[in-house]
Amino acid sequence: MTIAAATHRTSMGLDSRKMAFWAFIGSECLLFGSLISTYLVYKGRSVVGPYPHDILNIPFTSVSTFDLLMSSLMMVLALAAVQRGDLKWAKVWLVATALLGIFFLSGQVYEFTSFVREGLTLQTNLFGATFFVLTGTHGAHVTVGVVWLLTLWVRALQGQLTAANAVTVEICGLYWHFVDVIWIVIFTVVYLIQ
Amino acid sequence: MQQPSTDEHPVVQHAHPTAGVYLRVATILVILTVIEVGVFYVPAFHSILVPALLLLSAVKFTLVVMFYMHLKMDSRFFTFLFGGPLLLGLGMTMGLMFLFGAFALRR
Repeated sequence: MTIAAATHRTSMGLDSRKMAFWAFIGSECLLFGSLISTYLVYKGRSVVGPYPHDILNIPFTSVSTFDLLMSSLMMVLALAAVQRGDLKWAKVWLVATALLGIFFLSGQVYEFTSFVREGLTLQTNLFGATFFVLTGTHGAHVTVGVVWLLTLWVRALQGQLTAANAVTVEICGLYWHFVDVIWIVIFTVVYLIQ
Repeated sequence: MQQPSTDEHPVVQHAHPTAGVYLRVATILVILTVIEVGVFYVPAFHSILVPALLLLSAVKFTLVVMFYMHLKMDSRFFTFLFGGPLLLGLGMTMGLMFLFGAFALRR
């Protein structure tokens, strides 16, 4: 074990960085829980349109969902590559994950602008307010994830990413997969159950 | 540089799944997503739409958390750190929906 890893251990034998990050993810569950609750509570209570069935584009969002699922696959492949010391493939999978994240964000920007053009804004009705806050917060999380992934990719390019510090990639992966599972819930609750 | 072997609290490392497992999980996730979208579009399934979609979503959620986030092989304490707030969030959602009449029977 390296000194760096040893300094991050806990009395339970767990990496303190991972433990702290799982606690953070737990708090994020409550954040998204409150936003999803708000969406569900106000669902069907808009007095003016556009309503969800008028505006949501399921084929388009299905592609975004597929994109995010594939990005999760790329992320675990990046972690596996770092853990076995294969820096070449780690760089490939990390940048692929980031690009899929950027693709997802581009889709969200397109979706938001088309909704605004069709008359749905934050102020239009309860659906607009809860939809934009929920999906916008998720999009902000994806943006942070993309920046984090690109930072790791640059570190990999500089040769600073090794099997010894694979836990940094693992923690980034935890964040990215969490963003993915939140989208799994949003896709079902917001888009498919109208 | 190596630490002394008499480490009082060594970091416990758990083996992660292989790339083959990751690919199989990804295949299952894609198939479940296709089924979700299929269920949404096929009128015959509309009577069971909500339970079917929630079940499929829960399976996808579990697969990602267990295999991609490694909770299946990692420390149970991480499961507690994640599962506790998750259950609290679920309870909060159900409670708020109940309070605001989302479960009220419709005529």
